[in-house]
Amino acid sequence: MTTTSPTVSPPSTRGADIGAFFARHPLIVLSTVLVILILVTGAIEPNYLSVSGLRGTALIAVPVGIIAASQTVLMITGGIDLSASMIATAAAYITAAQAENGAFVAIGLGILVGIGAGAANGIGVGVFRVNPLIMTIAMSGIIFGLFSSWAQGWLAGSTVVGEFVRTIGGKSFLDGNIPYAVVIWAVLTAMIVGMLRYTGFGRMLYAQGDNAVAARLAGTRSWQVLLIAYILAGVLSAIGGILLAGRLGAVDLRLADGLLLPSVAAAVIGGTSIFGGVGSYSGTIFGALILGVLSSMLTFLDAGQAAQQILFGSIVLGLAWLYSSITRRT
Amino acid sequence: MTTMTTTKPLLAAENLAKRYGAVIALESASLTVQPGEIHALLGANGAGKSTLVKILSGVISADNGSVAVDGTPIRLRNPDDSMSAGLATVFQDPALIPDLTIEQNFRMTGVDRTIVQEWLVKLDIPELDFDSIVRDLPLPLLRLVDLARALAHDPRLLMLDEITAALSADQAELVFGVMREWKERGRSVLFISHRLTEVLHICDQATILRNGHDVESLAPGEGGEARLVSAMLGEDHHESSAVREGTNTGDHVVLEARDLHRLDKVNGVSFELRAGEILGIAALEGQGQDQLFQILSGDRRPSGGEILVNGEPLVAHSPYDAIREGVVLVPADRLHALLPQRSVRENLATPLYNRLSRWFRLESDEKERVDGAIDRLDIDIRAASQVRQLSGGNQQKVTIGRWLAAGFRTLLCFDPTRGIDIQTKAQIYQLLRELADEGAAVLLYSSELREIPLVCDRTLVMYNGQVVDEIADARTATESSLLTAAHGLEGVST
Repeated sequence: MTTTSPTVSPPSTRGADIGAFFARHPLIVLSTVLVILILVTGAIEPNYLSVSGLRGTALIAVPVGIIAASQTVLMITGGIDLSASMIATAAAYITAAQAENGAFVAIGLGILVGIGAGAANGIGVGVFRVNPLIMTIAMSGIIFGLFSSWAQGWLAGSTVVGEFVRTIGGKSFLDGNIPYAVVIWAVLTAMIVGMLRYTGFGRMLYAQGDNAVAARLAGTRSWQVLLIAYILAGVLSAIGGILLAGRLGAVDLRLADGLLLPSVAAAVIGGTSIFGGVGSYSGTIFGALILGVLSSMLTFLDAGQAAQQILFGSIVLGLAWLYSSITRRT
Repeated sequence: MTTMTTTKPLLAAENLAKRYGAVIALESASLTVQPGEIHALLGANGAGKSTLVKILSGVISADNGSVAVDGTPIRLRNPDDSMSAGLATVFQDPALIPDLTIEQNFRMTGVDRTIVQEWLVKLDIPELDFDSIVRDLPLPLLRLVDLARALAHDPRLLMLDEITAALSADQAELVFGVMREWKERGRSVLFISHRLTEVLHICDQATILRNGHDVESLAPGEGGEARLVSAMLGEDHHESSAVREGTNTGDHVVLEARDLHRLDKVNGVSFELRAGEILGIAALEGQGQDQLFQILSGDRRPSGGEILVNGEPLVAHSPYDAIREGVVLVPADRLHALLPQRSVRENLATPLYNRLSRWFRLESDEKERVDGAIDRLDIDIRAASQVRQLSGGNQQKVTIGRWLAAGFRTLLCFDPTRGIDIQTKAQIYQLLRELADEGAAVLLYSSELREIPLVCDRTLVMYNGQVVDEIADARTATESSLLTAAHGLEGVST
């Protein structure tokens, strides 16, 4: 009755491989790429290598980076949020419409939009087991439809955000050197990194994405993990949208459309696996900064929005291919 | 191999070998089937029967060895090669696409419907509606339809993999009738079954596989059951010595199953599991033991009966409810228990965070708990950054270690030593004994029957979803007595 005795051969290693090095030391590679890109951009436009040049890039990176935080959290669970940009737009829209009630109420209601949309996504994905792509793209359509009609109705009127939101979105302090938005981003970063590394919830996010069956057999109830993750993602997208509106000064129904692809790209560049179970927010921050520098570079080159979207799309494809080839080897 | 006649054999497979990565499924197996013969292929779990059938049917290709039909060597690269060589197979799982109708399935394989109909009449299903969707039909019927379809291909050799497992006794009798008719036409049947009585009843010849080798070929009538059983086990099977001692079994029943049912897989299982005892489950594959463990661990709901933990009914909506009552599972497949891309330490700590109230921080004693599990199980943590890089034995230790770190009262261990080296195996059994001595209750299923007398205090024998026998002192059981009981046979042979 013995089964055959298996012998386990050691896995083959190809240490010299760039892909494998990237997989092992992502932050070294990412920071090197970031520095090179900044220097190249500086070579194209010497004025870029100044406080105001880099501040511009940082302001571009903040909304992308914060919305990419929601993508990071969800991609770790094996999901994604294709409604992130629409949630951001909706939250900004409400914040602008409520400007007359004071910044506190306006921002609070904006974030409430994020909570509501995130909870709906979380219930769909976590409780009713709808595929995250389907659930969130449907949610994106629903939100767009609602706001299209509301924009003619009870939300008609001011699309200009209040002074306080403009300050936190685009203004700076310390002689105009440090943008408020960057400080907010830093605080959120500390919270997200801490949550992923030092809480039981963070562990369950990774467990859910790495092996949902194992997480269940270990006693985790996945709907709880997913519901909270999607609500959190909704809140982060809302904050990203409000800060974006603050920088631009006004909202429209296409406000954050251009941020969806970059938010996914930032997470993927940062080493978060679209298959779940692997990733970190520190990597995503580098991803957002890299995209910010690239965007500045393309502006200096007069390349325009179209070229930017093509480039970002190509980056996501290239990296997805790189990761899947790494995964296949190991 | 013995050749019984001087005519060319219908099928001659020589020295077939197949490895899956590091695991050897078939080392070197030969099989000779004569024309007009019903030939049994026998062997214990993991002996290589299914692998051999898959090679012959072209589903997988052998790493080594040769196959000849009528003395002519043939290549089996895909199922078409097998089919055109005159071999047809009825697999354990029906080879019909569930969302299509029977008619559509037949059209895809280009089988003659009128011939299928003739066979269906012989199998006592004369009025099958060919427009019914496969998904809606019961499994036994599908097996018979599959058989009729295979026969319609008019094969020289018909291969039946556990066809009777899903059939009732009278349906099985119809299948035997068809097999005999096939034999009278001068054609042959390769018959795989765990039911030795059937083999004795119908087969002319038997080849026995053990550990990926063919060890004996004989006429089942000569020597009967006892000889078949001993050939499946091998001659060295009495030599292993017990590694157990432990007599801490108390009277406290921690887990009780009362008349558990699930679908037609678990058909009324009742037992009591006491603190301090290791209770074994002896069963052949597919006797409902996997479903039983799923029910007990809260992974599946029973369709009938109840589970009591410390005398209180347990209605589990998910594994969490069972875990909260201290009932934890080490599942059959390590991939169902591990987070392959996460570290050893994170894997070991996972069950600590399965409830909302512990999500806001990490447990302050996590390090001690994890270190304790690593020390106690002697886990090799050199490749600790990703569990998937660990050896199978170390992975298995992590799956058990998670519960050492989290704490439990009842451990459900489903085949924890499958595919694991001898040393780790001994460590795991030693650990189970220590845990029992400390007052834990352990329910252990092992596909290796010989290990049950060595590890368990008491043993239940499962057959066809029921407990058919209980051996109060497992040490007195022999492998052959367990194997005989597990085949659903009455009495105990030596």
